[in-house]
Amino acid sequence: MTAKVSVEEVERVAELAHLELKPEETVRMSKDLNAILDYVAELNEIDTTGIAPLEQISELEGVGGVTDLRVDSVVASLDRTAVMAAAPDSDGVFFKVPKVIER
Amino acid sequence: MPSETKSYVETPKSLAALREEIASGKTKAAALASSYYQRIEQVNPHLNAYLNLTKERALAQAERIDQLAAKGDPLPALAGIPVGIKDTLVVKGAPSTAGSKILEGYQAPYDATPVAKLEDAGAVLLGKLNCDEFAMGGSNENSAYGPVHNPVDLERVPGGSSGGSAAAVAANLAVATLGSDTGGSIRQPASFCGVVGVLPTYGRVSRYGLIAFGSSLDRVGPIAANVRDAATLLGVIAGHDAQDATSSLAPVADYAADSDQGVEGLRIGVPAEYFADGLDPEVREKIEKGIESLKAAGCTVKPVSLPHTKYAVPVYYLIATAEASANLARFDGVRYGHRSPDAKTLAALYKNSRDEGFGPEVKRRILLGTYALSAGYYDAYYRKAQQVRRILAEEFLRAFAEVDAIVTPTAPTPAFKIGEKVDDPLAMYLSDIYTVTASLAGICGVSVPSGKTAAGLPVGMQVLACHFGESTAFRVARAVEAAKL
Repeated sequence: MTAKVSVEEVERVAELAHLELKPEETVRMSKDLNAILDYVAELNEIDTTGIAPLEQISELEGVGGVTDLRVDSVVASLDRTAVMAAAPDSDGVFFKVPKVIER
Repeated sequence: MPSETKSYVETPKSLAALREEIASGKTKAAALASSYYQRIEQVNPHLNAYLNLTKERALAQAERIDQLAAKGDPLPALAGIPVGIKDTLVVKGAPSTAGSKILEGYQAPYDATPVAKLEDAGAVLLGKLNCDEFAMGGSNENSAYGPVHNPVDLERVPGGSSGGSAAAVAANLAVATLGSDTGGSIRQPASFCGVVGVLPTYGRVSRYGLIAFGSSLDRVGPIAANVRDAATLLGVIAGHDAQDATSSLAPVADYAADSDQGVEGLRIGVPAEYFADGLDPEVREKIEKGIESLKAAGCTVKPVSLPHTKYAVPVYYLIATAEASANLARFDGVRYGHRSPDAKTLAALYKNSRDEGFGPEVKRRILLGTYALSAGYYDAYYRKAQQVRRILAEEFLRAFAEVDAIVTPTAPTPAFKIGEKVDDPLAMYLSDIYTVTASLAGICGVSVPSGKTAAGLPVGMQVLACHFGESTAFRVARAVEAAKL
Protein backbone atom coordinates (compact mmCIF):
# COMPACT_ATOMS: atom_id res chain seq x y z
CA MET A 1 0.00 0.00 0.00
CA THR A 2 1.54 3.33 -1.01
CA ALA A 3 0.05 5.89 1.28
CA LYS A 4 -0.84 9.43 0.50
CA VAL A 5 -1.42 10.91 3.91
CA SER A 6 -3.44 14.10 3.67
CA VAL A 7 -3.26 17.03 6.04
CA GLU A 8 -6.73 16.04 7.31
CA GLU A 9 -5.47 12.55 8.06
CA VAL A 10 -2.52 13.99 10.01
CA GLU A 11 -4.98 16.07 12.01
CA ARG A 12 -7.03 12.94 12.72
CA VAL A 13 -3.92 11.06 13.86
CA ALA A 14 -2.85 14.04 15.98
CA GLU A 15 -6.29 13.96 17.59
CA LEU A 16 -5.82 10.26 18.41
CA ALA A 17 -2.41 11.01 19.90
CA HIS A 18 -3.68 14.02 21.90
CA LEU A 19 -1.25 16.31 20.17
CA GLU A 20 -2.06 19.85 19.12
CA LEU A 21 -0.17 20.78 15.96
CA LYS A 22 0.12 24.25 14.49
CA PRO A 23 -0.90 24.51 10.79
CA GLU A 24 2.69 24.65 9.54
CA GLU A 25 3.60 21.68 11.75
CA THR A 26 0.71 19.69 10.25
CA VAL A 27 1.91 20.37 6.71
CA ARG A 28 5.48 19.38 7.57
CA MET A 29 4.34 16.25 9.39
CA SER A 30 2.25 15.14 6.41
CA LYS A 31 5.32 15.49 4.17
CA ASP A 32 7.52 13.58 6.63
CA LEU A 33 4.95 10.86 7.16
CA ASN A 34 4.50 10.36 3.41
CA ALA A 35 8.24 10.11 2.87
CA ILE A 36 8.59 7.53 5.63
CA LEU A 37 5.53 5.53 4.57
CA ASP A 38 6.76 5.40 0.97
CA TYR A 39 9.99 4.02 2.32
CA VAL A 40 8.42 1.38 4.55
CA ALA A 41 6.24 0.25 1.64
CA GLU A 42 9.17 -1.87 0.45
CA LEU A 43 8.17 -4.36 3.17
CA ASN A 44 5.42 -5.39 0.76
CA GLU A 45 8.11 -7.06 -1.37
CA ILE A 46 8.37 -9.76 1.27
CA ASP A 47 5.97 -12.69 1.31
CA THR A 48 4.97 -13.12 4.95
CA THR A 49 2.18 -15.64 4.39
CA GLY A 50 1.92 -17.98 7.34
CA ILE A 51 4.56 -16.17 9.39
CA ALA A 52 3.47 -15.36 12.92
CA PRO A 53 4.30 -11.86 14.18
CA LEU A 54 7.23 -11.87 16.62
CA GLU A 55 5.73 -10.38 19.74
CA GLN A 56 8.09 -11.60 22.45
CA ILE A 57 11.81 -12.23 22.01
CA SER A 58 11.46 -14.99 24.60
CA GLU A 59 9.31 -17.05 22.20
CA LEU A 60 12.22 -17.53 19.79
CA GLU A 61 13.66 -21.04 19.64
CA GLY A 62 16.19 -21.61 22.39
CA VAL A 63 15.94 -18.13 23.89
CA GLY A 64 14.46 -19.00 27.20
CA GLY A 65 10.71 -19.36 27.35
CA VAL A 66 8.28 -18.14 29.94
CA THR A 67 9.41 -16.51 33.14
CA ASP A 68 7.79 -17.20 36.50
CA LEU A 69 4.54 -15.45 37.21
CA ARG A 70 4.41 -13.35 40.38
CA VAL A 71 2.25 -14.58 43.22
CA ASP A 72 -1.00 -12.61 43.07
CA SER A 73 -0.88 -10.92 46.46
CA VAL A 74 -1.19 -7.40 47.77
CA VAL A 75 2.14 -5.89 48.79
CA ALA A 76 3.29 -2.38 49.59
CA SER A 77 3.99 -0.41 46.47
CA LEU A 78 5.22 3.16 46.12
CA ASP A 79 5.15 5.69 48.92
CA ARG A 80 2.05 7.78 48.24
CA THR A 81 3.52 10.98 49.66
CA ALA A 82 6.52 10.73 47.36
CA VAL A 83 4.33 10.03 44.35
CA MET A 84 1.87 12.84 45.03
CA ALA A 85 4.76 15.25 45.58
CA ALA A 86 5.41 15.04 41.84
CA ALA A 87 1.81 15.90 40.94
CA PRO A 88 1.16 19.29 39.33
CA ASP A 89 -2.09 19.61 41.30
CA SER A 90 -3.47 17.27 43.93
CA ASP A 91 -5.14 17.10 47.32
CA GLY A 92 -2.63 14.52 48.46
CA VAL A 93 -4.88 11.63 47.55
CA PHE A 94 -6.33 12.46 44.14
CA PHE A 95 -4.81 14.16 41.10
CA LYS A 96 -6.78 17.29 40.30
CA VAL A 97 -7.58 18.11 36.68
CA PRO A 98 -9.90 20.55 34.86
CA LYS A 99 -13.48 19.42 34.29
CA VAL A 100 -13.86 16.44 32.04
CA ILE A 101 -17.17 17.28 30.44
CA GLU A 102 -18.16 20.64 29.05
CA ARG A 103 -21.65 21.68 30.06
CA MET B 1 42.14 17.44 14.33
CA PRO B 2 41.55 21.21 13.90
CA SER B 3 43.99 23.17 16.05
CA GLU B 4 41.34 25.46 17.55
CA THR B 5 39.24 22.71 19.03
CA LYS B 6 40.56 21.20 22.24
CA SER B 7 40.30 17.52 23.05
CA TYR B 8 39.06 16.62 26.52
CA VAL B 9 39.77 12.95 26.02
CA GLU B 10 41.11 11.20 29.09
CA THR B 11 41.06 7.47 29.80
CA PRO B 12 39.66 6.49 33.20
CA LYS B 13 41.73 4.13 35.34
CA SER B 14 40.60 0.52 35.17
CA LEU B 15 38.23 -0.97 37.76
CA ALA B 16 41.03 -3.28 38.89
CA ALA B 17 43.46 -0.41 39.47
CA LEU B 18 40.92 1.68 41.36
CA ARG B 19 39.77 -1.27 43.44
CA GLU B 20 43.37 -1.87 44.55
CA GLU B 21 43.81 1.79 45.46
CA ILE B 22 40.59 1.95 47.47
CA ALA B 23 41.00 -1.40 49.22
CA SER B 24 44.56 -0.56 50.25
CA GLY B 25 43.51 2.86 51.50
CA LYS B 26 45.85 4.55 49.05
CA THR B 27 42.84 6.42 47.65
CA LYS B 28 39.77 7.37 49.64
CA ALA B 29 36.48 6.91 47.79
CA ALA B 30 35.36 10.32 49.03
CA ALA B 31 38.48 11.98 47.61
CA LEU B 32 38.01 10.12 44.34
CA ALA B 33 34.40 11.29 44.05
CA SER B 34 35.46 14.87 44.83
CA SER B 35 38.15 14.75 42.17
CA TYR B 36 35.53 13.61 39.66
CA TYR B 37 33.27 16.50 40.66
CA GLN B 38 36.18 18.90 40.22
CA ARG B 39 36.85 17.59 36.72
CA ILE B 40 33.13 17.74 35.90
CA GLU B 41 33.07 21.38 36.99
CA GLN B 42 35.94 22.18 34.63
CA VAL B 43 35.05 20.03 31.65
CA ASN B 44 31.27 19.58 31.63
CA PRO B 45 30.54 23.16 30.48
CA HIS B 46 32.35 22.26 27.22
CA LEU B 47 30.63 18.90 26.74
CA ASN B 48 27.18 19.28 28.32
CA ALA B 49 27.32 15.59 29.22
CA TYR B 50 25.82 15.94 32.72
CA LEU B 51 22.41 17.51 33.29
CA ASN B 52 22.28 17.10 37.07
CA LEU B 53 24.64 15.96 39.81
CA THR B 54 23.75 13.80 42.81
CA LYS B 55 26.51 14.98 45.14
CA GLU B 56 24.90 14.29 48.50
CA ARG B 57 24.08 10.71 47.63
CA ALA B 58 27.48 10.16 46.00
CA LEU B 59 29.48 11.46 48.94
CA ALA B 60 27.37 9.52 51.47
CA GLN B 61 28.04 6.32 49.54
CA ALA B 62 31.75 7.13 49.22
CA GLU B 63 31.89 7.68 53.00
CA ARG B 64 30.30 4.26 53.59
CA ILE B 65 32.86 2.61 51.31
CA ASP B 66 35.75 4.35 53.05
CA GLN B 67 34.52 3.07 56.42
CA LEU B 68 34.37 -0.50 55.08
CA ALA B 69 37.87 -0.16 53.62
CA ALA B 70 39.22 1.27 56.86
CA LYS B 71 37.88 -1.70 58.84
CA GLY B 72 39.44 -4.07 56.31
CA ASP B 73 35.97 -5.48 55.47
CA PRO B 74 35.52 -7.19 52.10
CA LEU B 75 34.53 -4.62 49.52
CA PRO B 76 31.66 -5.07 47.04
CA ALA B 77 32.56 -5.40 43.35
CA LEU B 78 32.30 -1.72 42.42
CA ALA B 79 33.26 -0.18 45.76
CA GLY B 80 33.87 3.55 45.36
CA ILE B 81 33.68 3.53 41.57
CA PRO B 82 32.24 6.79 40.20
CA VAL B 83 29.51 6.13 37.63
CA GLY B 84 27.08 8.28 35.65
CA ILE B 85 23.47 7.38 34.81
CA LYS B 86 21.65 8.21 31.58
CA ASP B 87 18.67 10.48 32.23
CA THR B 88 16.20 7.87 30.93
CA LEU B 89 16.94 5.79 34.06
CA VAL B 90 15.27 6.97 37.25
CA VAL B 91 17.29 7.71 40.35
CA LYS B 92 15.26 8.29 43.51
CA GLY B 93 15.10 11.88 44.65
CA ALA B 94 17.06 13.13 41.65
CA PRO B 95 15.76 14.75 38.46
CA SER B 96 15.00 12.43 35.54
CA THR B 97 14.19 14.39 32.41
CA ALA B 98 14.72 11.78 29.66
CA GLY B 99 16.18 14.79 27.82
CA SER B 100 12.69 16.31 27.58
CA LYS B 101 10.98 19.46 28.79
CA ILE B 102 7.89 17.44 29.58
CA LEU B 103 9.71 15.96 32.58
CA GLU B 104 11.52 19.11 33.63
CA GLY B 105 11.67 19.13 37.42
CA TYR B 106 10.37 15.58 37.78
CA GLN B 107 12.00 13.60 40.58
CA ALA B 108 11.41 9.88 40.66
CA PRO B 109 10.17 8.17 43.86
CA TYR B 110 12.23 5.04 43.20
CA ASP B 111 15.50 3.76 41.74
CA ALA B 112 15.69 1.86 38.47
CA THR B 113 16.76 -1.74 39.16
CA PRO B 114 20.09 -1.46 37.26
CA VAL B 115 20.84 1.72 39.24
CA ALA B 116 20.01 0.03 42.55
CA LYS B 117 22.23 -2.90 41.61
CA LEU B 118 25.17 -0.61 40.87
CA GLU B 119 24.76 1.13 44.20
CA ASP B 120 24.39 -2.18 46.07
CA ALA B 121 27.72 -3.15 44.49
CA GLY B 122 29.28 -0.03 46.01
CA ALA B 123 29.25 2.29 43.01
CA VAL B 124 29.15 6.04 43.61
CA LEU B 125 26.38 7.64 41.54
CA LEU B 126 27.73 10.98 40.31
CA GLY B 127 24.77 12.31 38.35
CA LYS B 128 22.37 12.15 35.40
CA LEU B 129 23.59 12.23 31.83
CA ASN B 130 22.23 14.08 28.82
CA CYS B 131 20.57 12.13 26.01
CA ASP B 132 18.34 12.54 22.99
CA GLU B 133 14.77 13.24 24.06
CA PHE B 134 13.11 9.98 25.16
CA ALA B 135 16.09 8.17 23.64
CA MET B 136 14.96 9.15 20.14
CA GLY B 137 17.96 10.12 18.08
CA GLY B 138 21.46 9.22 16.96
CA SER B 139 23.45 12.33 17.77
CA ASN B 140 22.27 13.76 21.13
CA GLU B 141 21.11 16.85 19.19
CA ASN B 142 17.47 16.12 20.05
CA SER B 143 17.89 16.86 23.75
CA ALA B 144 15.73 19.70 25.09
CA TYR B 145 18.76 20.67 27.19
CA GLY B 146 21.24 21.28 24.40
CA PRO B 147 23.53 18.96 22.45
CA VAL B 148 26.40 17.02 23.91
CA HIS B 149 29.84 17.67 22.39
CA ASN B 150 32.19 14.84 21.51
CA PRO B 151 35.29 15.08 23.75
CA VAL B 152 37.46 14.02 20.78
CA ASP B 153 36.33 17.09 18.80
CA LEU B 154 33.93 19.55 20.36
CA GLU B 155 32.44 20.45 16.98
CA ARG B 156 31.25 16.88 16.54
CA VAL B 157 28.40 14.86 17.94
CA PRO B 158 29.09 12.13 20.48
CA GLY B 159 26.40 9.99 18.87
CA GLY B 160 23.09 9.10 20.47
CA SER B 161 20.86 8.64 22.13
CA SER B 162 23.29 7.84 25.01
CA GLY B 163 25.60 10.69 23.94
CA GLY B 164 26.16 12.01 27.45
CA SER B 165 26.97 8.50 28.73
CA ALA B 166 29.59 7.86 26.04
CA ALA B 167 31.12 11.34 26.22
CA ALA B 168 31.42 11.10 30.01
CA VAL B 169 33.54 7.94 29.83
CA ALA B 170 35.64 9.28 26.93
CA ALA B 171 36.40 12.42 28.93
CA ASN B 172 36.86 10.62 32.25
CA LEU B 173 33.90 12.39 33.85
CA ALA B 174 32.95 8.94 35.14
CA VAL B 175 34.77 5.60 35.20
CA ALA B 176 31.73 4.02 33.59
CA THR B 177 28.15 4.88 32.80
CA LEU B 178 24.78 3.29 32.12
CA GLY B 179 23.09 3.96 28.82
CA SER B 180 20.09 2.51 27.03
CA ASP B 181 19.86 1.02 23.54
CA THR B 182 16.68 0.65 21.50
CA GLY B 183 18.06 0.86 17.94
CA GLY B 184 21.76 1.44 18.60
CA SER B 185 21.81 4.08 21.30
CA ILE B 186 24.63 2.54 23.35
CA ARG B 187 26.70 1.06 20.55
CA GLN B 188 26.79 4.00 18.14
CA PRO B 189 27.84 6.69 20.67
CA ALA B 190 30.43 4.28 22.09
CA SER B 191 31.77 3.97 18.54
CA PHE B 192 31.79 7.74 17.95
CA CYS B 193 33.55 8.46 21.26
CA GLY B 194 36.09 5.63 21.20
CA VAL B 195 34.81 3.70 24.20
CA VAL B 196 33.21 0.29 24.80
CA GLY B 197 29.41 -0.05 24.75
CA VAL B 198 27.41 -3.19 25.54
CA LEU B 199 24.06 -4.25 24.12
CA PRO B 200 22.92 -7.00 26.50
CA THR B 201 20.48 -9.63 25.23
CA TYR B 202 16.87 -8.47 25.51
CA GLY B 203 15.70 -9.53 28.96
CA ARG B 204 19.25 -9.80 30.37
CA VAL B 205 19.02 -6.55 32.34
CA SER B 206 15.83 -5.34 34.01
CA ARG B 207 14.00 -2.46 32.35
CA TYR B 208 12.31 -1.46 35.62
CA GLY B 209 12.94 2.24 36.02
CA LEU B 210 13.95 2.79 32.40
CA ILE B 211 11.65 5.42 30.94
CA ALA B 212 10.21 3.36 28.13
CA PHE B 213 10.63 4.11 24.43
CA GLY B 214 10.04 0.80 22.60
CA SER B 215 9.31 -1.88 25.14
CA SER B 216 10.14 -4.88 22.94
CA LEU B 217 13.46 -3.28 21.97
CA ASP B 218 14.73 -1.31 24.99
CA ARG B 219 17.86 -2.53 26.77
CA VAL B 220 19.94 -1.02 29.59
CA GLY B 221 23.69 -1.54 29.25
CA PRO B 222 27.09 -0.31 30.42
CA ILE B 223 29.60 1.96 28.72
CA ALA B 224 33.21 1.71 29.93
CA ALA B 225 36.76 2.47 28.89
CA ASN B 226 37.78 -1.14 28.29
CA VAL B 227 36.09 -4.45 27.54
CA ARG B 228 36.85 -6.22 30.82
CA ASP B 229 35.34 -3.36 32.83
CA ALA B 230 32.26 -3.35 30.60
CA ALA B 231 31.93 -7.08 31.23
CA THR B 232 32.26 -6.56 35.00
CA LEU B 233 29.53 -3.95 34.96
CA LEU B 234 27.20 -6.18 32.96
CA GLY B 235 27.68 -8.88 35.56
CA VAL B 236 26.53 -6.46 38.26
CA ILE B 237 23.38 -5.19 36.53
CA ALA B 238 22.23 -8.40 34.84
CA GLY B 239 19.74 -10.83 36.29
CA HIS B 240 16.09 -11.60 36.71
CA ASP B 241 13.82 -8.96 38.19
CA ALA B 242 10.21 -9.67 39.17
CA GLN B 243 9.41 -6.03 38.40
CA ASP B 244 10.16 -6.55 34.67
CA ALA B 245 7.81 -9.06 33.07
CA THR B 246 10.22 -9.62 30.17
CA SER B 247 13.21 -10.18 32.42
CA SER B 248 14.97 -13.50 31.82
CA LEU B 249 15.71 -16.26 34.32
CA ALA B 250 18.83 -17.25 32.34
CA PRO B 251 21.80 -17.53 34.75
CA VAL B 252 24.27 -14.66 34.82
CA ALA B 253 27.77 -15.73 33.77
CA ASP B 254 31.03 -14.31 35.12
CA TYR B 255 31.45 -12.16 32.05
CA ALA B 256 34.75 -10.61 33.08
CA ALA B 257 36.39 -13.97 33.75
CA ASP B 258 34.91 -15.41 30.55
CA SER B 259 36.36 -12.52 28.56
CA ASP B 260 39.85 -13.66 29.61
CA GLN B 261 39.42 -16.92 27.65
CA GLY B 262 40.95 -15.86 24.31
CA VAL B 263 39.52 -16.53 20.85
CA GLU B 264 41.50 -19.49 19.51
CA GLY B 265 39.18 -21.56 17.32
CA LEU B 266 36.23 -19.20 17.39
CA ARG B 267 34.34 -18.84 14.10
CA ILE B 268 33.70 -15.25 13.03
CA GLY B 269 31.01 -14.40 10.48
CA VAL B 270 31.25 -11.35 8.22
CA PRO B 271 28.02 -10.33 6.46
CA ALA B 272 28.48 -8.66 3.06
CA GLU B 273 25.25 -6.71 3.63
CA TYR B 274 27.06 -4.54 6.21
CA PHE B 275 29.92 -3.64 3.86
CA ALA B 276 27.98 -2.20 0.95
CA ASP B 277 27.55 1.32 -0.45
CA GLY B 278 27.60 4.21 1.97
CA LEU B 279 30.28 2.73 4.25
CA ASP B 280 33.08 5.28 4.78
CA PRO B 281 36.28 3.85 3.22
CA GLU B 282 38.38 4.65 6.32
CA VAL B 283 35.84 2.85 8.53
CA ARG B 284 35.90 -0.13 6.17
CA GLU B 285 39.70 -0.22 6.32
CA LYS B 286 39.77 -0.14 10.13
CA ILE B 287 37.15 -2.89 10.45
CA GLU B 288 39.01 -5.03 7.92
CA LYS B 289 42.18 -4.54 9.98
CA GLY B 290 40.18 -5.62 13.03
CA ILE B 291 39.06 -8.76 11.24
CA GLU B 292 42.70 -9.50 10.25
CA SER B 293 43.69 -9.19 13.90
CA LEU B 294 41.04 -11.76 14.82
CA LYS B 295 42.50 -14.15 12.25
CA ALA B 296 45.94 -13.55 13.69
CA ALA B 297 44.55 -14.38 17.15
CA GLY B 298 43.37 -17.77 15.93
CA CYS B 299 39.84 -17.20 14.66
CA THR B 300 38.46 -18.60 11.43
CA VAL B 301 36.63 -15.97 9.43
CA LYS B 302 33.86 -16.82 6.95
CA PRO B 303 31.13 -14.96 5.12
CA VAL B 304 27.58 -15.21 6.44
CA SER B 305 24.41 -14.19 4.67
CA LEU B 306 21.74 -12.01 6.26
CA PRO B 307 19.68 -11.33 3.12
CA HIS B 308 16.77 -9.43 4.73
CA THR B 309 19.09 -6.89 6.39
CA LYS B 310 17.91 -4.01 4.24
CA TYR B 311 14.36 -4.38 5.53
CA ALA B 312 15.46 -3.91 9.14
CA VAL B 313 15.22 -0.14 9.02
CA PRO B 314 11.59 0.11 7.87
CA VAL B 315 10.68 -2.67 10.31
CA TYR B 316 12.38 -0.73 13.10
CA TYR B 317 10.74 2.57 12.11
CA LEU B 318 7.31 0.96 12.40
CA ILE B 319 7.74 -1.11 15.57
CA ALA B 320 9.72 1.42 17.61
CA THR B 321 7.43 4.33 16.78
CA ALA B 322 4.28 2.28 17.35
CA GLU B 323 5.49 1.19 20.78
CA ALA B 324 6.68 4.72 21.52
CA SER B 325 3.27 6.17 20.74
CA ALA B 326 1.80 3.87 23.40
CA ASN B 327 4.59 4.44 25.93
CA LEU B 328 4.50 8.22 25.65
CA ALA B 329 0.73 8.38 26.13
CA ARG B 330 1.34 8.56 29.88
CA PHE B 331 2.89 12.04 29.56
CA ASP B 332 -0.32 14.01 29.75
CA GLY B 333 0.20 16.63 32.44
CA VAL B 334 -1.94 14.80 34.99
CA ARG B 335 0.32 12.93 37.40
CA TYR B 336 3.83 14.27 36.85
CA GLY B 337 5.89 16.47 34.60
CA HIS B 338 4.84 19.56 32.73
CA ARG B 339 1.20 20.65 32.95
CA SER B 340 0.04 23.42 30.64
CA PRO B 341 -1.08 26.31 32.86
CA ASP B 342 -4.09 27.61 30.94
CA ALA B 343 -6.06 24.53 29.97
CA LYS B 344 -9.76 24.86 30.75
CA THR B 345 -10.76 21.31 29.88
CA LEU B 346 -9.13 17.94 30.35
CA ALA B 347 -8.77 17.45 26.59
CA ALA B 348 -6.98 20.77 26.29
CA LEU B 349 -4.78 19.84 29.26
CA TYR B 350 -3.56 16.72 27.48
CA LYS B 351 -3.00 18.41 24.12
CA ASN B 352 -1.37 21.57 25.38
CA SER B 353 0.87 19.84 27.92
CA ARG B 354 2.10 17.43 25.29
CA ASP B 355 2.49 20.07 22.62
CA GLU B 356 4.47 22.31 24.95
CA GLY B 357 6.54 19.49 26.44
CA PHE B 358 7.53 17.32 23.46
CA GLY B 359 10.15 18.23 20.87
CA PRO B 360 9.56 17.86 17.09
CA GLU B 361 11.32 14.50 16.65
CA VAL B 362 9.26 12.98 19.46
CA LYS B 363 6.05 14.33 17.95
CA ARG B 364 6.96 12.97 14.53
CA ARG B 365 7.58 9.50 15.95
CA ILE B 366 4.39 9.52 18.01
CA LEU B 367 2.39 10.46 14.93
CA LEU B 368 4.00 7.80 12.76
CA GLY B 369 3.48 5.18 15.43
CA THR B 370 -0.13 6.19 16.03
CA TYR B 371 -0.78 6.00 12.30
CA ALA B 372 0.81 2.56 12.01
CA LEU B 373 -1.41 1.24 14.80
CA SER B 374 -4.64 2.94 13.82
CA ALA B 375 -7.71 1.10 12.56
CA GLY B 376 -7.31 0.12 8.94
CA TYR B 377 -3.54 0.37 9.01
CA TYR B 378 -2.51 -1.97 11.85
CA ASP B 379 -2.26 -5.08 9.66
CA ALA B 380 -0.47 -3.35 6.79
CA TYR B 381 2.13 -1.69 8.97
CA TYR B 382 2.63 -2.89 12.54
CA ARG B 383 1.64 -6.51 12.06
CA LYS B 384 3.60 -6.77 8.79
CA ALA B 385 6.65 -5.34 10.52
CA GLN B 386 6.34 -7.91 13.32
CA GLN B 387 6.23 -10.69 10.74
CA VAL B 388 9.38 -9.45 8.99
CA ARG B 389 10.93 -9.12 12.43
CA ARG B 390 10.59 -12.86 12.87
CA ILE B 391 12.30 -13.43 9.51
CA LEU B 392 15.21 -11.19 10.57
CA ALA B 393 15.56 -12.92 13.94
CA GLU B 394 15.55 -16.37 12.35
CA GLU B 395 18.24 -15.28 9.89
CA PHE B 396 20.49 -14.50 12.84
CA LEU B 397 19.66 -17.82 14.51
CA ARG B 398 20.65 -19.65 11.31
CA ALA B 399 23.89 -17.65 11.04
CA PHE B 400 24.79 -18.41 14.67
CA ALA B 401 24.51 -22.11 13.89
CA GLU B 402 27.52 -21.57 11.59
CA VAL B 403 29.57 -18.99 13.52
CA ASP B 404 30.16 -17.95 17.12
CA ALA B 405 30.17 -14.21 16.52
CA ILE B 406 29.35 -11.80 13.71
CA VAL B 407 31.43 -8.65 13.23
CA THR B 408 30.40 -5.48 11.43
CA PRO B 409 31.15 -1.78 11.59
CA THR B 410 29.07 -0.19 14.37
CA ALA B 411 28.36 2.88 12.24
CA PRO B 412 29.07 3.66 8.57
CA THR B 413 30.92 6.88 9.40
CA PRO B 414 32.87 8.35 12.28
CA ALA B 415 31.33 11.18 14.35
CA PHE B 416 29.83 13.89 12.14
CA LYS B 417 29.68 17.60 12.92
CA ILE B 418 26.99 19.09 15.13
CA GLY B 419 24.31 20.63 12.90
CA GLU B 420 25.48 18.76 9.82
CA LYS B 421 22.29 17.34 8.36
CA VAL B 422 22.60 13.90 7.05
CA ASP B 423 20.75 14.71 3.83
CA ASP B 424 22.05 11.74 1.93
CA PRO B 425 19.16 9.23 2.20
CA LEU B 426 21.43 6.30 1.43
CA ALA B 427 23.84 7.18 4.27
CA MET B 428 20.95 7.63 6.69
CA TYR B 429 19.47 4.27 5.67
CA LEU B 430 22.76 2.48 6.26
CA SER B 431 23.53 4.35 9.46
CA ASP B 432 20.69 2.59 11.22
CA ILE B 433 21.04 -0.77 9.49
CA TYR B 434 24.16 -1.79 11.34
CA THR B 435 22.54 -1.54 14.76
CA VAL B 436 18.77 -2.02 14.39
CA THR B 437 19.06 -5.60 13.16
CA ALA B 438 20.43 -6.80 16.50
CA SER B 439 17.83 -4.68 18.30
CA LEU B 440 14.98 -6.38 16.44
CA ALA B 441 16.36 -9.90 16.89
CA GLY B 442 16.96 -9.48 20.63
CA ILE B 443 20.58 -10.68 20.37
CA CYS B 444 23.55 -9.19 22.20
CA GLY B 445 26.62 -7.27 21.10
CA VAL B 446 29.55 -5.07 22.01
CA SER B 447 30.95 -2.03 20.23
CA VAL B 448 34.72 -1.96 20.72
CA PRO B 449 37.15 0.71 19.48
CA SER B 450 38.87 -0.45 16.30
CA GLY B 451 41.28 2.30 15.39
CA LYS B 452 40.92 5.92 14.36
CA THR B 453 40.60 7.74 11.06
CA ALA B 454 43.42 9.91 9.71
CA ALA B 455 41.69 12.88 11.35
CA GLY B 456 41.82 11.10 14.71
CA LEU B 457 38.13 10.15 14.91
CA PRO B 458 37.30 6.83 16.62
CA VAL B 459 35.97 3.88 14.65
CA GLY B 460 33.96 1.15 16.37
CA MET B 461 33.55 -2.52 15.53
CA GLN B 462 30.31 -4.22 16.47
CA VAL B 463 30.66 -7.79 17.72
CA LEU B 464 27.34 -9.64 17.78
CA ALA B 465 26.58 -12.93 19.47
CA CYS B 466 23.49 -15.09 19.92
CA HIS B 467 20.96 -14.62 22.70
CA PHE B 468 22.77 -14.82 26.08
CA GLY B 469 26.09 -15.18 24.22
CA GLU B 470 27.62 -12.09 25.86
CA SER B 471 30.68 -14.03 27.03
CA THR B 472 31.57 -14.86 23.41
CA ALA B 473 31.07 -11.26 22.33
CA PHE B 474 33.35 -10.08 25.15
CA ARG B 475 36.08 -12.59 24.22
CA VAL B 476 36.13 -11.38 20.62
CA ALA B 477 35.99 -7.73 21.68
CA ARG B 478 38.99 -8.30 23.99
CA ALA B 479 40.97 -9.66 21.05
CA VAL B 480 40.17 -6.59 18.93
CA GLU B 481 41.07 -4.34 21.85
CA ALA B 482 44.37 -6.16 22.34
CA ALA B 483 45.32 -5.54 18.72
CA LYS B 484 45.58 -1.83 19.59
CA LEU B 485 44.51 -0.81 16.09
